[in-house]
Amino acid sequence: MVEAVKDKWLGAAYSFIVVLVFWGLVSWWLDIPIIPSPAAVFQNILDIYTSKMQAHVAASLLRILAGIIIAILAGVPLGFLMGYFERVDKILSPLVYFTYPVPKLALLPIVMLLFGLGETSKLIMIILIIVFQIIITSRDAVKSIPAETYHSLQSLGASRRQMFTEIIVPASLPEVLTATRLALGTAVSILFFTETFGTEYGMGYFIMDAWMRVNYLEMYSGIVVLSFMGFVIFTLIDLSESRLCSWR
Amino acid sequence: MISVKELSVAYGENQQLTPALDKVTIEIDSGQIYTFIGPSGCGKSTFLYILAGILRDYQGIVTIDGKPVDPQKQRIGLILQNYGLLPWKNVYQNAILGAKIKDQPADEPYVRFIFQQLGIEDLLGRYPKELSGGQQQRVAIARAFILKPDLLLMDEPFSALDAITREEIQDLFLKIWKQHQVTTVFITHSVDEALYLGSKIVVFSPAPGKIIEVIDNPCFQLENLRARDEYYRMSKQLRKMLSEEWSKQ
Repeated sequence: MVEAVKDKWLGAAYSFIVVLVFWGLVSWWLDIPIIPSPAAVFQNILDIYTSKMQAHVAASLLRILAGIIIAILAGVPLGFLMGYFERVDKILSPLVYFTYPVPKLALLPIVMLLFGLGETSKLIMIILIIVFQIIITSRDAVKSIPAETYHSLQSLGASRRQMFTEIIVPASLPEVLTATRLALGTAVSILFFTETFGTEYGMGYFIMDAWMRVNYLEMYSGIVVLSFMGFVIFTLIDLSESRLCSWR
Repeated sequence: MISVKELSVAYGENQQLTPALDKVTIEIDSGQIYTFIGPSGCGKSTFLYILAGILRDYQGIVTIDGKPVDPQKQRIGLILQNYGLLPWKNVYQNAILGAKIKDQPADEPYVRFIFQQLGIEDLLGRYPKELSGGQQQRVAIARAFILKPDLLLMDEPFSALDAITREEIQDLFLKIWKQHQVTTVFITHSVDEALYLGSKIVVFSPAPGKIIEVIDNPCFQLENLRARDEYYRMSKQLRKMLSEEWSKQ
């Protein structure tokens, strides 16, 4: 367990160094303003973070966290119901499977027409991307619980609520967290995309704005900070997974 | 007392019903261990699941102390071959699960006493995956006794254990059982186990399961049983009977 955590951190540190070295080499080799050196970018982040970037980071973080939380709150119960009650599954599964392969980004115009350019459509887009994966994963997690697991509780006369709290929730938690973690990558891309219009806050806006102003140093700073943000959330979910699911 | 009258169960869809139990009738006296022995697939586990309230689709009448089987009202302890522990709960949480579901605060001194008797008091913080089979089964036994059950149901609980661990746990089980004398239905396919643990031995036929005979076991609770002549004689007699009965079908 401790070894695995150590390996993960070592892996992260190793990848970080490889990326930096590669980036540094390319920048040094080409020596053009559109690829500034890592050192210059990190210095720039330190210089402008509090004055210029913080508000954008906060706006993006808020959107993505709200998106994840709402997607979990909506998707997990739905998936559980589908996994546990055959009838609910029969009604909802075809709908989920039918809509799952639709590229959600293509729905952006519709969402914008219906909900405007503001926060609501950005949030809806993020939720749309994550929620299906969470629904399907929760459903499959519940379905994969062997019938014998319920037997002890059945013979004790456990109520339906107890079945959920004692078996279904803990048994499917690891899968749900993994699905969330995997969906996060797509969610950050969508976040970036939706922040390029209809707002003046968010890392997407910050990066595009720096690009338009031909301020490459700021543009790179924005990209690094956005990536770091994604990495931090990813790591947080990973940590809570190993903490909550240490029984595995 | 458990009373079973004309109990029949069939599996499958309407058109192709495979009978699992065929008009089983038996009265199980309180405070006894009944070992049920039968070949694989004879429906003895099905019988147990009906008593446990897990299987509800059957014909016939099954009552526990005059009332129909209802796990919400009766206290039924179930011990299964795969131990039935929840992997996300540690030993302590698994052991008090029964008491928790029944909405009763666990009787702490009694819980400690059971842990001690089963020798698992040092394992309380561990998860099932960190335990050996024998240890997991001890936890399952602890859970069943902590529940203070009216009825104890055991479905080949020791058959996945190695021979030495099995005999150890059989002795341990008997020791704790003697203090409580819970009515116990014990399913097994081992002649040795049926003789060693059962005050009565119920012989099942091959599928569809019928009761062939209920035998009073003279060997039950004799000191140093496995070394005795009675045990050897009884074992031989039982084996002979089983091979005759089971080959008839």
